[in-house]
Order: sequence, then C-alpha cells, then structure tokens
Amino acid sequence: MFKRVFMLGMFLLAGIYMVGCGRGKTSITLAGSTAFQPFAEKLAEQFMDKNPNVNVTVQGGGSAVGIQSASSGAAQIGMADLVTLPEEAKGLTSTVVAKDGIAIVVNPKNKINNLTTDQARDIFNGKIVNWKEVGGDDVPITVVSREAGSGTRTSFEQILTNITLKKDALIQDSNGTIRETVANDVNSVGYLSHGLINEKIKAIKIDDVECTSEMIIAGQYKLVRPIFLLVKGEMVGEVKNFIDYILSVEGQKTIKDNGLLPAK
Amino acid sequence: MRVNPKYTQWGAVTILTGATIFTILILVFIIFFILEKGLPVLGLSFLTENPQEMGKAGGIFPTLIGTIILPVFALLIATPLGISTSVYLAEYTKETRITKVIRFGTDCLAGIPSIIFGLFGYIFFVITLGLGWSILSGGLTLAVMVLPTIIRTSEEAIRAVPNSYRKVSFSLGASRWQTVKKVVLPNALPGIVTGIMLSVGRSIGETAAVIFTAGSSLRIPSSVFDSTRTMAVHFYILAREGISSENAYGTAATLIIAVLFVNLLAYYTMHRFIAKRS
Amino acid sequence: MKLVGEKGVQRILMITALSAISSLLLIALFIFSEGLPFIFNYGVGNFLLANEWDPSTGHFGIFPMIMSSVWVTLGAMVVGAPLGIAGAIFLSEYASPIIMKIVKPTIELLAAIPSVVYGFIGVMVLAPIIRNNLGGPGLSLLAGCIILGIMILPTVISISIDSILAVPRSYREGSLALGATTWQTTHMVTIKAARSGIVASIILGLGRAIGETMAVIMVAGNSVNIPNSALDSVRTLTANIALEMSYATGMHREALFATGVILFIIIMILNSIASVAIRNRNAKK
Repeated sequence: MFKRVFMLGMFLLAGIYMVGCGRGKTSITLAGSTAFQPFAEKLAEQFMDKNPNVNVTVQGGGSAVGIQSASSGAAQIGMADLVTLPEEAKGLTSTVVAKDGIAIVVNPKNKINNLTTDQARDIFNGKIVNWKEVGGDDVPITVVSREAGSGTRTSFEQILTNITLKKDALIQDSNGTIRETVANDVNSVGYLSHGLINEKIKAIKIDDVECTSEMIIAGQYKLVRPIFLLVKGEMVGEVKNFIDYILSVEGQKTIKDNGLLPAK
Repeated sequence: MRVNPKYTQWGAVTILTGATIFTILILVFIIFFILEKGLPVLGLSFLTENPQEMGKAGGIFPTLIGTIILPVFALLIATPLGISTSVYLAEYTKETRITKVIRFGTDCLAGIPSIIFGLFGYIFFVITLGLGWSILSGGLTLAVMVLPTIIRTSEEAIRAVPNSYRKVSFSLGASRWQTVKKVVLPNALPGIVTGIMLSVGRSIGETAAVIFTAGSSLRIPSSVFDSTRTMAVHFYILAREGISSENAYGTAATLIIAVLFVNLLAYYTMHRFIAKRS
Repeated sequence: MKLVGEKGVQRILMITALSAISSLLLIALFIFSEGLPFIFNYGVGNFLLANEWDPSTGHFGIFPMIMSSVWVTLGAMVVGAPLGIAGAIFLSEYASPIIMKIVKPTIELLAAIPSVVYGFIGVMVLAPIIRNNLGGPGLSLLAGCIILGIMILPTVISISIDSILAVPRSYREGSLALGATTWQTTHMVTIKAARSGIVASIILGLGRAIGETMAVIMVAGNSVNIPNSALDSVRTLTANIALEMSYATGMHREALFATGVILFIIIMILNSIASVAIRNRNAKK
C-alpha cells in the first residue's frame, strides 16, 4: 500500500513537470522595488495578453533585491527606485522607465497642510517632536519611516539632505504599510510613493508646492526619483521586447494612468 | 497569621478556573473576530475568481492553488523520510549514541524559528541550487520544517502498537521488515495520518519561511519552477499593505476555516486511534 | 524488498533517519557560512554590543535588537507563563476528564492559528487600545508581549499538563491522606514534582517567543531602539532579518545572516536546556 502511495506521488510529480515543460513558454522574472511592483504587474498582464507565449512573473523584494537578482541571474530584470544607483549596479544596463514623486503624508484628521523642507527634515531628525511646533495641535509626532536599504527611504533622505532618522521612528517595510500605519494613527507622519496616495491619508505641500502629477512634471515639486529597470549585459529577445513595450506610448500611458510619471 | 486552608483552596481553584476560561475566550474572540468580518465576503465566487489589481478586487483562486500545492509537495517529500526515520528509531534499533543524536537533531529542528528556515531556503534552494522563488524551493523548505512533527508523531504511533502483534507476526515466520510493513505500519496508520494533518496545518499557516522561498507571484503556477503565493502570504500582503481590508478578512476567514478543519480532522483521527487502542 | 534483504532495509532506514540531523547541519552550515565571516571581520564586540544600526553608513550594531528580543520574550513570559501554568494545573488536577478531553485540544488550536492572524488582531484591536488609553504609538513592546504571550500559551499548557500528569498518583494520595487540601497537595507536592517539566515548557515557550517573526513585525513598530518603557516601539532580531532581508546587498546582507547566526545560537542553547529538563522529568518517573 505504501508502494502504491509512493508511485502515485511520483506520477503526480512527473505530471506537474510535464505540464511545466509542455507549454514551452519563455519566462521572464522581474524582482525589486515594491513601489514599481504594482505597475510591473499591470504592464506584465498587458504584455502577456499580446504575447501569449511569454510568461512574466513579478516579485517584490525591494530595490536592493532588484539589483542583486539582476546581477546574480535570479531575475532577468531588476527594478530599482533610487536617485543614484549604487556600485553593485555599475555592470548592469539600466533604463529609466518612469519617475515617481515621494509624498509626505499625515492622517486626514491632522490640520497641518504644509511643511517647509527644513521643518520636514527636523521632524524626521527628531528636532521637532510636537505638532504644535509647526502650527498643529499639542500632540507628539509619531514618525514612520522605511527600513534601511529601501529605495524610497534612500531617495527621500538624499533629496532632503542631512537626515539622521530619529531613533524611535517606527519602521515599516513597504509603501502600503506606511499608508496603513499613518491611516491608523492620528499623530503620525510618513512618506510614500505619490502613486499610492488615497483617501485614508493626506499628502501635504512641501514649501507650498502640492504633490501632484502636474507639479512633478513641471519640475516644481522637489521630492522625485527615477525608476530603473536593470538588465545584465545586452537587452535581447523577450526581455528587450518587454522593456520596449513599457517605453512604448501604450506602456507609458498605463504608467501615467495609475499614478506614476512617464520617463520622458 | 495563617489563612484557613479552605479559603486558599477556594481562591486557588477560582483563579485556576478563571485562567482557563480566559484562555478559551481569547481563542473564541480571535475566531469570531475574523469570521464575523470575513464570512460575508466569503463565497463561491471569492474562492474561484482570479484576483484583480493585486487582490484589491476579485477572488483568491491562485492563492488557493498555492495553499494546496505547497503543503502537498512538502509532504510528498517529508512523509516517506519521516516515517522511515520513525520506523528506524522504533523498530530497528535500541537506544544508542546514534539514536540519541537523531533524536536531539529532531528536537532542535523542531525548535528552529521559521525565519531561519526562510533564510536557509533562500540561500540554499533559491540561490545556491538556483531553483529561484518557486514551488520547488518553498516545498523543500516546508518539508524540512515539518519533518520533526512527522517523525515524532509517527514514532509515538508505532510505539503504541502492542508488542503482542509483532510477536505473533514473528512466530509466523515473518521477517522484521515484513512485520513492519504488514502489521506495524497499518496499525499505526491513524497516528501517522494525524502527524501528516498537523504538518499540513502548519504549512498552510506559515508565512515567513514561504515568502522568502516560494515568492509571492499571484499568477497560477504552470510548473514547479514557478513562484506561487499561499493564502497566508496573500493575507499578510493584503492586510499589511492595506490593499483591501474586505478581501483581507475574506482571505483570513478562509485561512482560519482551513487550518481549523485540518486540525480538527487530525484530532478526530487521533481520537479514533486512541479509542481503538484501549 | 527481497532485492535488498533485511540488512539492506536496516541500512536504508538508518540513512533516511539521518535526514533530520543532516538538515539541521545543512541549515547551520549555510547560515554560519554566510554570517560568521562577517561577525569576525566586523568584530564580535562591535556587532553584539554597539548601539548603532545604520546599514547605509556601515554601522551594524545589533545590541538594541538583542535587548528588544530579551524584553519582548520576558514580557511574553510574564503574560503567558502564569496563565498557561494555571490553565495546565486546572485541567490536570481539578477539571473532570471530560472537560480535559474537550478543552486541551481546543487550547491546542491556538497553536494552529497562523501567526499573521495574531499580528493582524494585534494591529487592529490591541494597538489602538494601547494608543488611546496609555499613549505612545500603540505599535509597541507591550503589544508584542501580549500577542506573544498568547501565542506561547498552547506550548506552555500542553507540556505542563504532560509533566503534571507524569507525577505518580501515590504522591498525591500520600499528601491527601495526611489531611492536606487538594490545593495544598497541588502546590506543595505535585508542582514540586513536576517542576522540571514545567520549566521545560517555559523554556520551549521562550524559544517560540524569541523566534516568532511575522506577528512581531506587525505589532512591535520596529524602531531600532533600546526601549525605555513598555510603550516604546522595538525591533527584535527576527524582525530585523525579515524587514531588511529583501532590501539588503553585500555587507548589509551578511550582517542580517549574522543576526540569524546569533538567533540560531540562542535557540540551540534554549532547546538544549529544555531537552535536558525534559530528560530529568522522564528520568524521575
């Protein structure tokens, strides 16, 4: 009886393999930036509708994983959202496929609507610890930031300059979790990708400039970083086709419709 | 001053009873909290539709596939290894240095946190063996993780088979292996099945080890080399990222019902097994 | 099976029986080979005792995470151990066998609930209660302790029950015959005799608490910070690995594996103590 169970198992296994090989699909894996992940998913779906013989898989992980998995070959395409690419990415072919604004967000119940760059820096440095210091209610500020290594955090700190994040800042590991934390806590402030702003949170003006697509395209809004796709060596075959598709009018429209900004 | 032992007796029993009731209330609260908000979302279409926009709308069909296929794959590997280990420990050897080492290894493996399994699976299966984020990597990692559970429960079940059964078999001229195959294992089967069910339950609920090895792709996998997302991982992502609290509750409710069902089934088999023995 | 013969079967079984121990060694090998070189290059003292964790500037001190793990685990014990041991005593000494038969598996179901569900309940229910009534961000050491305290209950309860039931009947009968009440018997005779098993249950609970990841990430807030109060946000060793693993390259990644090495060593020490305690229990029987 155990032999029979074993045989059944082997058949199942063999079956799974054959299904896998039988289709003869080319498969492309993307990994990296969680900020670009939803867009990549959507672009992948559209691309696969047009090219049924290609299977595009999208993994999150973060910018560092994007760079690392593109160099190691774990993924054919790495996604990274950094202002400047680190040393490890020097050997990779990089393409800017979109731009993204970083919004500073507070709870909708917070009456603050504007911060200067200096105030924002002081809040994240821990020099300003109470909302009344910037014209709000007399309540402590809960700072929410991303984990070390995050593309959004690295870009945020590079653009604001001179940031040493205060020790007791809460750390969340994605744009979505920052949004949830800020939505749940009246006293908190965080930052996230401009494309992910929704009604649960409020994006505030920086130096009186609103965080909108128009202001970002016009170059008025300062907190902006590029999104790179990274490929090891030359771009060829379906990988090239996919990246070309993202850069095409249609691909760029998808990016724009869903809250990111086109590359050019 | 001495308090009358009657009063301390009464006080102690009240506190002990209270603690037990409180513990049960916590369990009841968790299950009701999830089911109350999740059951209205749950329906046939929720289970059979594909998710849209990363799970914001639509159902959870691909994660259902992932939740079934990963534990099945893990147990296809862990069950034969676990059972033969327990047969060796219970039937083929006395307590020696080797069995002590094996037992110690099994205990330690059981105590290792899932994040360590995740790290190991990532560096070994995903990177070193080049399997990528896949059902293969995730299944192998889970297999290592549930191995101790299967070994322990199978060994207990095998030891619970009365010695007289073996004696009869030997006296009829059967060899040790024949006895194990025809007498011991069939009689220990319900206990072994309990261990398998408990392992399935643990695999279904696992997140940390799975997310680093099987990845989190929402597509229906077409081979064991594809990445997949289980319900637990899907719930984690939906809830953490605030993608859709409705679908998060729906997924959590499905998840809770699945683990409760699997565990109750395990207890039921075990109960039958014990009832039959005594 | 005729092909291999009895000796052959035994050999095959022995080889498969080594699967668990060889998996353990493989895990140790890979975690250590990724993490140990970093620990020695960076300096054991610098790594374990420095306060600053800032991978972007090359600072990798995990002392705050070690302290946070210790506090979270101790806090979980304060919540979980008394409750669990009380439950175990009630079920094994005072409840009727039928109640025991129903309640014990029910409590063990607590172990079956996925840790992400615990974390979710912590975020949705516990954190707002703490924030609104006690202050602070809500996602805190306290929230972590309470959630972990609940999560270790099944471990503490079922192993404690086993050890209390392993105490011979004659001990209790002797005490009762001397005129002691059942509670006097319980706390002066039974618990003393079951002590090493109860200790083992607490140590295994400690291991579970220190190793828990997803629930802690969700409820503890994850600041790199030695907590001053229970309302501060903390980051445990496990959270440190899981939060940053996906973003880490080079030295940073090695430092996370090194965090895994420390965690692995702590767990192995706890497991060894627990298995000695359980062996003591079984030897006394």
